Amino acid sequence: MARAHDESSPLFAGNAAGTLRLIVYLALAVVLMVLDQRNGWLWRLRSTASAVVEPVYRLAGLPAAGAHTLSVAFSDRQHLTSENQRLREDLLLANAKLNRMAAVAAQNQHLKKLLDTQHSLGLNVQLARVIGVDLGAYRYRLTLNMGSRDGVKPGQPVIDAHGVMGQVIEVLPHTAVVMLITDPSHAIPVTIARTGLRTVAYGSRDGDSLTLPNLPLAASVQVGDNLLTSGIGGRFPPGFPVGRIEHVAPAVAGMFQVAQARPAAEIERSTDVLLLHDQAEPEGPPDPATPVGPPASLEPAAGGPSASPSGQPPVDRGARP
Amino acid sequence: MSRQRLNQWWFIGTLAAALLLMLVPLPGALAPFKPYWPALVLLYWSLESEDRVSLGLAFGVGLCADLLDGVLLGEQALRLCALTFIALRFRSRLRFFPMWQQSLAVLALLLNDRILLLIVRMLAGASVPPASWWFSPFVGAALWPFLFLLLDDLRARLRIQ
Repeated sequence: MARAHDESSPLFAGNAAGTLRLIVYLALAVVLMVLDQRNGWLWRLRSTASAVVEPVYRLAGLPAAGAHTLSVAFSDRQHLTSENQRLREDLLLANAKLNRMAAVAAQNQHLKKLLDTQHSLGLNVQLARVIGVDLGAYRYRLTLNMGSRDGVKPGQPVIDAHGVMGQVIEVLPHTAVVMLITDPSHAIPVTIARTGLRTVAYGSRDGDSLTLPNLPLAASVQVGDNLLTSGIGGRFPPGFPVGRIEHVAPAVAGMFQVAQARPAAEIERSTDVLLLHDQAEPEGPPDPATPVGPPASLEPAAGGPSASPSGQPPVDRGARP
Repeated sequence: MSRQRLNQWWFIGTLAAALLLMLVPLPGALAPFKPYWPALVLLYWSLESEDRVSLGLAFGVGLCADLLDGVLLGEQALRLCALTFIALRFRSRLRFFPMWQQSLAVLALLLNDRILLLIVRMLAGASVPPASWWFSPFVGAALWPFLFLLLDDLRARLRIQ
């Protein structure tokens, strides 16, 4: 193919102008990244551009949805019947358990009333669907089909039928992004159900398990122990299953035990999730925003934990992207 | 004139399709094998029709990808700029490589891209990715001959310059 402007792409030598342009663009990109990391511009830009971004997400989610529909359409009758049967049994079992629990719940309510606390066992939830979109951040995020128009707010816990999945970190008008509890920069306060030991479960690097890096050596932790949310910090309500311990070993430094846990929620497989609305009830210790020592007037104006609007400590908020 | 417009739309269409393919998830076990589509398509265009592809275009495509991905604004802009610069610089040589050598060159470019991404993510405070994260450049390089031939064939059929 004959080309008229071969001099613009010399065979060996590059021109200095091209290199200069590259440096300018790279510098621009770096400046953008730093500013974005500091100020979170990207998300503001995204919510302004949501009219464009959200249809693209729906479009990109279509193949996954289509594959799901196809697998339902072509899965054989036997399979569906057995699955239906299993679900019926589960429902029956769950209902039976619920009936038994009703009495306990009533009793619990009564005792709570006597103790003068206002924690209820009822759930105020919203059902959302997962959009199959790959956001590229090593797959620790989920996209949901509900957003601020549906009343979703950042920080809402997300659960499925088996346990806690994560929390909402960013909200667009019709889409929300969930950070999973297995994200390496996520931490969730838990208690070990058997012993009541309180600790924190972090996400892990391989993205499908939880790490409990600082358990005291003296604490009794066994494989098979269940982890529940402790409610400390007020972000996640107490008592939801988080995971099950699979592996315990002393840490390399010898000061702590380290445990690995498998999430209770079906993080890879859930297509429908529940968004909890009960986050207004901080549980556990009193609000750390109230200063104990010096009076509030002496506190520096910015930076203290009291800057958090809902009075929640930033312990389990996880990192912002 | 309408031919020219068709050319333009075809060019934009392939880039938009690459961005969309980037967002489409693969089922669980296959997910780490997903190639970096925008880089591949941009490479194809920078080899085939150099006057359309510039660093500014790579930057723009990268910004769009960042907007869709929502990870860090400017991250993919940086990666695609670096990639396009290298591809344009060695364009005359890359074009005359036999296909397997071209694939190797693409592999090197994509690996370089992953290393850049790793540096950016590390500086941003992310954790070290799992080993499966490094599969993607190899898949991209293996797909390169097919993508190249497919796009070339489509271009010949549509009589697009």
